[in-house]
Amino acid sequence: MFLTVIGALNEGFLQTLKLFAVTLIGAVPLGLVVSFGSMSSFPPLRWLTKTVVWIIRGTPLMLQLIIIFYIPGYVLPGGSPWPSGEAGRFLASAVAFIINYACYFSEIYRGGIQGVPVGQQEAGQVLGMTRSQIFFHVTLLQMVKRIVPPMSNEIITLVKDTSIARIISMQEIIWAGYSFLKGSHGYSGLLWPLFFTGVYYLVFNGALTLLFGWVEKKLDYFR
Amino acid sequence: MAILEVQNIEKHFGATRVLEDISFSLEQGQALAIIGSSGSGKTTLLRCLNFLETPNQGKIAVGGKVIFDAADPATQRESEVRKKRLHFGMVFQSFNLFPQYTALKNVTLAKELLSQEWPDFKQNKKAILEEIQAEGRELLRKMGLSDREGHFPCQLSGGQQQRVAIARALALKPDILCFDEPTSALDPELTGEVLKVIRSLAEQRTTMIIVTHEMAFARDVADQVIFMNEGVIVEQGEARQVIENPREERTRQFLSRYAEN
Repeated sequence: MFLTVIGALNEGFLQTLKLFAVTLIGAVPLGLVVSFGSMSSFPPLRWLTKTVVWIIRGTPLMLQLIIIFYIPGYVLPGGSPWPSGEAGRFLASAVAFIINYACYFSEIYRGGIQGVPVGQQEAGQVLGMTRSQIFFHVTLLQMVKRIVPPMSNEIITLVKDTSIARIISMQEIIWAGYSFLKGSHGYSGLLWPLFFTGVYYLVFNGALTLLFGWVEKKLDYFR
Repeated sequence: MAILEVQNIEKHFGATRVLEDISFSLEQGQALAIIGSSGSGKTTLLRCLNFLETPNQGKIAVGGKVIFDAADPATQRESEVRKKRLHFGMVFQSFNLFPQYTALKNVTLAKELLSQEWPDFKQNKKAILEEIQAEGRELLRKMGLSDREGHFPCQLSGGQQQRVAIARALALKPDILCFDEPTSALDPELTGEVLKVIRSLAEQRTTMIIVTHEMAFARDVADQVIFMNEGVIVEQGEARQVIENPREERTRQFLSRYAEN
C-alpha cells in the first residue's frame, strides 16, 4: 500500500514541479515587461498596466483559473482553445499562474529598480552608456540583490499555490493525495496520503530556502 | 578660441528660476572654479553641461560647435545627446561608483561598452579590450591606487572611491572634466588626497570646471573663478582677484563668512 501511495504522490508532485517551473520561466521575464509598463513615461500604457495589475492582484487566483479554463469555451466560436484532458488543464493552469505571478513579480521588480539610487543611472549616462546598457550593466544586479528576499517569499508561496490548480482538476500532488480518500488504486477512505503531501512541500521549500540563502550570500560582496 | 562657450543659459523647475542668463567661456587647458552658497545653482549648471538637465534657454558650444541650443530640438535628440555627453566628464559629490564592480572595472566598463561600436571591434576584440585594461590600470596608478585595482567600492575609503571616480571620468578622455563638490562628502583628511589629485590634473593642463566650497583650493588651482548667487553669475574673473579682491559686495559677504571659519 505504501509504495502505491508514494508512486501516486510522486506522480502528482511531478506535475506540481512542472507547473512551478513553467510558471517561473514565464513569469520572471514577463514580470519585468509588466514592471517597465507600470514605470512607463507614456501615461496611457502606465495606467493600462496598473489597472491590469490591480485586477490580477485584487482577485483570487482560483477565480482567474476558472475563468481562463472555462470562459474561452463559451465565448470563442471554435469552442475551448485548450487541448483535452490533463494537457489542457496543465496549459490553462500555466497561463493563469504566469499572468498572476508576473503581476506580483512586477511590483517587486519595480520596488527593486526604483530602490537603486538615481546617481547610478546618472553615472552611466554621463559615461555615454545607452539606456539598455545602463539597465543590464549597472542597474540589474543591484536590483537583483534588493529583490532576493521578497522574491524568495513569493516563490515559496508559488510552490504551495500550485495546489490551487486542483480546482480545474489538474492532477498535482494534493489531487493525488485526496484521491485515496475518495477512492482510487483500490483504496478509499485513506486520510494519511493527503497529510503526507505536506512532507513533499516542506522538503522542497527547505531546499529552495537554502538556495536563496546561498544566492543572498553570493551577492554579499557589494553594498 | 574657447573650448567651451556657454551662452545665456536659463533653467527653471516649474516657477522656480534656478539659472538665469548664465554666460561664460573657458579656454583649453584652464581650470574654472564655481563658488557660491548652497542653492545658488552651481550644481544645476554642471548638470546642464552634462545633459542631465535640459536648459530652457541658451546655447552650449564645445570647440566652436554648438552641441546644445534650446531653440533647436535637433540638438537634443537622445541618440546624439549620448555622444555629446562624452565631451564632458563628471565627478559626483557622492562618487556614484558602481558597487558591483571592482575599481578597475569601474574605470574600464564604459569604454568597453563603447568599443563595441567601433568598426574594428569584432576583428581586434582581444587587443582592444587589453588596451582598455592597460589604460585603466595606468589611470589608477596615476591616482595612487595601483594596489586597489581589485577592490570593490565598499572596501575603499571615501577618498579612494572619489579617486576611482576621477579615473573613471578620465578614461573616456573628455574635453572638459567637471567636478561637483568632489570633497563635500569627505572628512578633512580624505579631502586632502582628492584635492592633491585634482591639483596635479590642473598642473597637466586638464580643462576643468570645479564646483567647490574650498576657497583656498579654488584660489590656488583655478585660473578663473565664477561666483554665483541665486541663479545668476555675480562676479567672474581671474581666480586670485575674485577671491582676494572681489569687486562685488555680495561676493565679499560670501567670502567673509569663509574667512571667519
